[in-house]
Amino acid sequence: MNTLEILFYALSAFAIISATMVLISKNPIHSVLWLILVFFAISGHYILLNAQFLAIVNIIVYAGAIMVLFLFVIMLMNVKKDKEPQKQLWVKLIGVIAGGSFLTLLIALVKQNTSFQGRDVLLKEGSIGLIHPLGQALFTDYVVPFEISSVLFLSAMVGAVIIGKK
Amino acid sequence: MPIEYYIFLCLTLFSIGVIGVLTRRNAIVVFMCIELMLNAVNLLLVAFSKMNYGAAQVMSPTTTAGIDAQIFVFFIMVVAAAEVSIGLAIIVMMYRNTHSIDINFLNRLKN
Repeated sequence: MNTLEILFYALSAFAIISATMVLISKNPIHSVLWLILVFFAISGHYILLNAQFLAIVNIIVYAGAIMVLFLFVIMLMNVKKDKEPQKQLWVKLIGVIAGGSFLTLLIALVKQNTSFQGRDVLLKEGSIGLIHPLGQALFTDYVVPFEISSVLFLSAMVGAVIIGKK
Repeated sequence: MPIEYYIFLCLTLFSIGVIGVLTRRNAIVVFMCIELMLNAVNLLLVAFSKMNYGAAQVMSPTTTAGIDAQIFVFFIMVVAAAEVSIGLAIIVMMYRNTHSIDINFLNRLKN
């Protein structure tokens, strides 16, 4: 077992445990903090895959901006004071059973599929995740979606202001 | 690292997100679980991109196969950022009207 495999398993266990804690914790602020840890673990996976640009963007955009927005909204509402109403136990049980059977079904399908067998993911090497090739592809082949996404951001900004002002 | 391990990891994260959406009643936690599902999909896209790149690199060392997937992940992040701002604005509006962020409160369409 080499270093990369140890890192992969450690990051995976970290991500899965933190994701479970997002569900388990009663306080929504704790959920947000655990979700930030999940995002850091996923960024570690990106670094392991040598997708360095996406790793940094994931930390800046998700862990930096989006989760701070979540924290801000939770603290604005002061929802900790009144306890969150829980679903009935049988609804929770049915939810867990449905999610678990979804997971087992998909894992069984992937295990049966022969086209994934023997295919390896290239760790640590490869230059396609660096800024230079990504930027070149973004501003040549994907320049139209890039510009359209700026319009999307503008409409999202206007929409958020209008919804918030009501 | 075999691609199957990455698929299993991402499926587990995605299923945790699905279970969260099905079992929690706090609208913000439900929203966070949707973010978790988006991130699982992003990780799987990057893993597949590196799988295709590793296969194509053997033929020609200067190939850029698989770069599309990473661009897609970038656009998914862009759309997620816009989605979060709108979604949180809607949740704030809902809290202002009902003083609760319980999603079971939003069943008025039923009557």
